[in-house]
Amino acid sequence: MTGSPLLSLRDVEVTFTTEAGSLPAARGVSFDVHPGETVAIVGESGSGKSTTAAAVIGLLAENGAVTRGQILFDGQDLAALPHSATSRLRGSDIGMVPQDPMSNLNPVMRVGDQIVEALEDNGVARGAAARRRAVELLEEAGLPDAERRARQYPHEFSGGMRQRALIAMGLSCRPRLLIADEPTSALDVTVQRVILDRLDELTAELGTAVLLITHDLGLAAERASRIVVMYGGEVVETGPALELLRDPQHEYTQRLLAAAPSLASRRIQLAKVTGLAAVAARDLLSVSHGDGVDAATEGAGGTRTDSIIEVSGVSKVFQLRGKGLFSRTEAFTAVDDVSFVIPRGRTVAIVGESGSGKSTVARMMLDLIPPTSGSITFNGERVGGANRAAEVRFRRQVQPIFQDPYASLDPLYSIYRTIEEPLRAHDFGTAAQRRERVHELMDDVALSPTLLRRYPAELSGGQRQRVAIARALALNPDLVVCDEAVSALDVIVQSQILRLLADLQSRLGLSYLFISHDLAVVRQIADHVCVMQDGRIVEQGTADDVFDQPQTPYTQMLLDAIPGAGLELGVAS
Amino acid sequence: MTRLILQRLGLLIPTLLGLSILLFLWVRALPGGPATALLGERATPEAVERINELYGFSRPLHEQYLAWMGQLLQGNFGASTRTQQPVLEEFFARFPATIELTVVALVIAVGIGIPLGYVAARHQGRFLDQTTVVASLIGVTIPVFALAFLLKYVFAVQLGWFPSAGRLDPSMVATHPTGFYVLDGILTREWDAAWNALTHLVLPAIALGSIPLAIIARITRASVIEVQGADYVRTARAKGLRPPRLRRRVVLRNAMLPVATTIGLQVGLLLSGAVLTETVFAFNGIGSYLANAIFNLDYAVLQAFILFIAIAYTLVNLAVDVSYGLIDPRMRVR
Repeated sequence: MTGSPLLSLRDVEVTFTTEAGSLPAARGVSFDVHPGETVAIVGESGSGKSTTAAAVIGLLAENGAVTRGQILFDGQDLAALPHSATSRLRGSDIGMVPQDPMSNLNPVMRVGDQIVEALEDNGVARGAAARRRAVELLEEAGLPDAERRARQYPHEFSGGMRQRALIAMGLSCRPRLLIADEPTSALDVTVQRVILDRLDELTAELGTAVLLITHDLGLAAERASRIVVMYGGEVVETGPALELLRDPQHEYTQRLLAAAPSLASRRIQLAKVTGLAAVAARDLLSVSHGDGVDAATEGAGGTRTDSIIEVSGVSKVFQLRGKGLFSRTEAFTAVDDVSFVIPRGRTVAIVGESGSGKSTVARMMLDLIPPTSGSITFNGERVGGANRAAEVRFRRQVQPIFQDPYASLDPLYSIYRTIEEPLRAHDFGTAAQRRERVHELMDDVALSPTLLRRYPAELSGGQRQRVAIARALALNPDLVVCDEAVSALDVIVQSQILRLLADLQSRLGLSYLFISHDLAVVRQIADHVCVMQDGRIVEQGTADDVFDQPQTPYTQMLLDAIPGAGLELGVAS
Repeated sequence: MTRLILQRLGLLIPTLLGLSILLFLWVRALPGGPATALLGERATPEAVERINELYGFSRPLHEQYLAWMGQLLQGNFGASTRTQQPVLEEFFARFPATIELTVVALVIAVGIGIPLGYVAARHQGRFLDQTTVVASLIGVTIPVFALAFLLKYVFAVQLGWFPSAGRLDPSMVATHPTGFYVLDGILTREWDAAWNALTHLVLPAIALGSIPLAIIARITRASVIEVQGADYVRTARAKGLRPPRLRRRVVLRNAMLPVATTIGLQVGLLLSGAVLTETVFAFNGIGSYLANAIFNLDYAVLQAFILFIAIAYTLVNLAVDVSYGLIDPRMRVR
């Protein structure tokens, strides 16, 4: 890249002042963004990537400040400018597309007006002209029926539509630099792809430079010309995107690459074999024929091993309240005639986008809501029968692990109490025996017993999810329902948890129902995959079949949408 | 929106029906009875019997209730057992005074509470904020009657800045087409009367409005602090909004949502607080009349007045819900 950079960070340090003293969130950060170029900052949560972006646009939290170095925008040092001057640059010269489309629009204002106010305050247009321009901008961001949509409120928009509105907003005053902070991480993969494509086209057309913040290495490689890898507040590696991925120099980049599920489509076989080798070995012990891998696939087909749970012809219809005052309720079919079985000791995954009905299936299988029709049979017994004893048995043998480890653990329970609670609820042994069991479980999930006195708030996301797993395993369940169990975790932690789940499965002979929107993750853990769309299973088969020879266009589309899926990288071997 | 209002008005019927039953039983569960209250402790059993017979208090409860309801539906709210005055007349003679007092108290509470809470939030953790927090805590903890007496003693008795009792100076001659004295003065262009009525309102309204003021200030403060940290506020800054628009249209409007609910709840508090305040300031509203009715176990008055207050309270809450819909578009779809 020749010519002078549009944005140049030189040895930037950002410090937050807290009650515990000053805390550096980024140190010695240096990189350049040239006009019209897309540069991605990649890192896990806490790496300082968002802090760096916030420093550039002058939106650090009140206790944060740039304590060293220069942020040169067009030759001007933003760090040295007074607040009023940097605030004049916001919107007009530096735009932002924030992360979460759900929380970033003003809920009490029409979407169009939210763009109008940006145009007006930046002196681009006012009044009727601004309103016309707002509609044009929404159209440009790919929002269909923009004229009508501009008059609606954010809550009437889907996530993807909101993100389009935020893109329209970020680009409304034609900034020269656009900071896109995880712009699509809250969206379904297919939506994510369309929106990123649109963003790419727009910024290319307008010649806008983009600073893309993401945790997803695959996405960064696909979208950016250069990548800056951050870890622990420092830049550990910088380079042209493909070069950096093909030949990562820093040890952290290598780990990140190894853990990235989106790039692992070829490496995955290996991971699966290591995960399943133990299962295969166990199968060999019990059944003395066939080689390991074959046995695994054969088992997944359901021909040899018996099934732990059978779902046959299950539908769920919700009654929605009608719009008018006296209108009748409307029926909404969330799950439509779904059938599949989970073979004992295997993992069946349900993949689908939000609204596909996958979580409703999970809730029915946990007997949290009853199916409208069809039956679920667990170990030969019908789920949801009137028999109280059977229900208690079922609750013991089937355990959930949910997505959000922040929300699913009681913040007022110590870790010990959290794990012990199911034991107590089911009258397991004496206090001493329970104590022993809790320690055993902590050992199983590779957590130090010193954590037992702590509370969820003091643990990291990965640790919390391990606690959730330990809690789920406390009663020696047969089936564990993982509803987006790793979706909220950073990639490296995610791959650790996936490995832990695979390991526990092989040791304890667990069966998993694995619900996820993330095909890349599913590929790493599942034996058998069901693809759901609009309440129906559109395709099911062994993981290899579904991923290598997808039979329906929908599955193909989902696979294509995995960021980085199309990249040819040297890590495949 | 219309649908919401109709729905809520429809709900008013079962609400009031349920309330009327509770009220009816509660009034009759009070110790003593109207006959004893009327005739005194030493009334002969025969005299008590005769009074009860006369007013129908000796009939079975359900018959009494049905009779009362029957009268109500015909618009007959009965007469006071003590004064024989029709209850409806008594109510409408006094209600404007209470509304006037409540409205002024509410204006003080909202007009000072919201700006105070907002300023405190803007200066979070600093002197101004902490002073407001402490002051509002004091405001919440002082009982209405204590503050009423204190204000009366200092500003009326000692300093003589404001009148100490009543709604108008006895010497003031004024016409009252509506019963709202300040409004009357304005309508009839009797400016001196309007001013005089207003000065009579100041102390009772401050006494009555102090607790709601403190609560509104605290809720506003908390709400503004929360909204300031919201993602959409950050995004609004990122898109280059100038501070005045940011504060007015983004922060303040969103922060008002919980405040609107609080104000609705405070109106109930104001109506009940009015009983105490009116008594201290000899303010001739429904509060002081109701207090007397309780002492006299005046069934008809108690039943009718409390029912009226309940209707007023429900209507105010409906208005608050409607305003909620105006502030928050998400509420409109429900």
